[in-house]
Amino acid sequence: MSLLRVESVSRRFGNLVAVDTVSMVVEPGELRAVIGPNGAGKTTFFNLISGFLKPTAGRIRFRDEDVTDVMPAKRVWLGMARTFQVTEIFPELSVGENLRIAVEVAAGYRLRPWVGRDADAALRARIDELLAMAKIADKRHRLAGELSHGDQRATEIMMALALKPQLLLLDEPTAGMGDQETYDITQLIRSLHRDHKLSIVLIEHDMRVVFHLADRIMVLAEGRMLAEGTPAEIAANEAVQAAYLGKAA
Amino acid sequence: MIKIDKRAASALIWLLLLTMPYWLVWVHGYTALGTRVMVLSLAAMSLNFLLGFTGVLSFGHAAYFGLGVYGMGLTIKYLLPSTLAGMAVGVLAGFVAAAIIGALIVRLRGVYFAMVTIAFGQVFYFIAYRWNNVTGGDDGLSGWRRVPIDLGFTRVDILGNDKALYYLVLLCFAVAVTIMWALLGSPFGRTLLAIRENERRARFLGIPVDRHIWLSWVISCTFCSLAGTLYALLNNFADPHDLRWDQSGDFVIMAVLGGMRSFWGPLIGAAIFVVLQDYVSSQTQNWMSIIGLFFVLVVLFFPRGVLGILRRESAR
Repeated sequence: MSLLRVESVSRRFGNLVAVDTVSMVVEPGELRAVIGPNGAGKTTFFNLISGFLKPTAGRIRFRDEDVTDVMPAKRVWLGMARTFQVTEIFPELSVGENLRIAVEVAAGYRLRPWVGRDADAALRARIDELLAMAKIADKRHRLAGELSHGDQRATEIMMALALKPQLLLLDEPTAGMGDQETYDITQLIRSLHRDHKLSIVLIEHDMRVVFHLADRIMVLAEGRMLAEGTPAEIAANEAVQAAYLGKAA
Repeated sequence: MIKIDKRAASALIWLLLLTMPYWLVWVHGYTALGTRVMVLSLAAMSLNFLLGFTGVLSFGHAAYFGLGVYGMGLTIKYLLPSTLAGMAVGVLAGFVAAAIIGALIVRLRGVYFAMVTIAFGQVFYFIAYRWNNVTGGDDGLSGWRRVPIDLGFTRVDILGNDKALYYLVLLCFAVAVTIMWALLGSPFGRTLLAIRENERRARFLGIPVDRHIWLSWVISCTFCSLAGTLYALLNNFADPHDLRWDQSGDFVIMAVLGGMRSFWGPLIGAAIFVVLQDYVSSQTQNWMSIIGLFFVLVVLFFPRGVLGILRRESAR
């Protein structure tokens, strides 16, 4: 059973076809990168998968269930979690509270007016575990909005991970980061994939990151799929080289 | 300034509220003024459950407040001379109206939401204003009085004893405020904070945002109508202006004035509002311009309200 099956989806905005009949199959445990020049439709494609936008044509299946018309919150319940290109966290709450909300929702407590002592201890343990995994335990009492860009991104990824997703969608996880931060986030993603066997789809601009991490790569250009394959195949693909060099020239 | 311990501050507030009828006279106040502060505080704190802790601005809370007011007045005048029955009817009316209207408007955001809450609020105002032979129209609903509460073993004379009324109001205030406080510290309450902080993130954590806003709205409006029933008791009168949009505006002013990010902020805001109103209106008819000026200064220089100033000082 494939984890995610995107079948010929398109998305129009008026006359602009941002995504044009793109298909993609992601297997369990796979780390898939989606790359392409600016304006290739990567983020729109991502928004279709996560339910932020609805496709104008095509179907999306997740764990054999048709989720094309399913609202974002329900896709999350089915096991899909995402991060955004511009980090989306709760800026005026502490890092610990950010994670606590995610952990509580994941535990199915979102409507509970109180938590018992045992449940509370379990929640705390889970928060500690997530903080340690992202190496931000020392910042748990800081306001999330005051953290460095890299730590905010790590917080966001951990909030997504708190949901125990089957599939993690990362939209440009290293966007706007310095070398050290990029390295740290790359290590974090790699450990989620290798050690926690998490299936991940990510959009990325930084080619070092992509070729370092991805099992398979899909290339989008002008809304269409240009190529798909292993990192070695993509590196050798002439159409891909032309698309990137053509843009640069 | 010394760091304010939260628990000590709460304990101090409760102590002051418990003893208010006794110390108010030292500062040239009177018990009914204290009762008014408590009633309007409850309304402002209810509004703030939605405004400050869910991030949703309502300009129509007077509608639910007013349903409480008229629920009490109409019940005692026409149905049953019982204070508790009036309370039940008023709160139930507010709850039902909030549940239905909330379901219709909960998808709207920001200014659109605020505008629609005004519109629905005005509907209730015009009903009270036009339906002369039942509601008394523009003259308001008079010809009824609050009824002493008979508990079987004892009788609480809220009609003849100012302090008894104050403590009834304080009891209702305490129950409502404690429930709201407990909710805000619960997983459910934290989903509301999440929505206030970042709706997109909340949605992609799997929180059905509209449903949670609806719940917050209904809780907020229901407690506001409880405040309305108490307001009717205090005045022995139901005024159509209690339903009008400028009354909603007063609640927003109280919440923002006191500090909408702090739980006790609206209590401070309501106290300042009521005391200024009481004092300044005895000096000049244009008391609202003084409050308006004060409000503008607070918003310009202390956007977190009066409690926000104290908190910032104590954090240093």
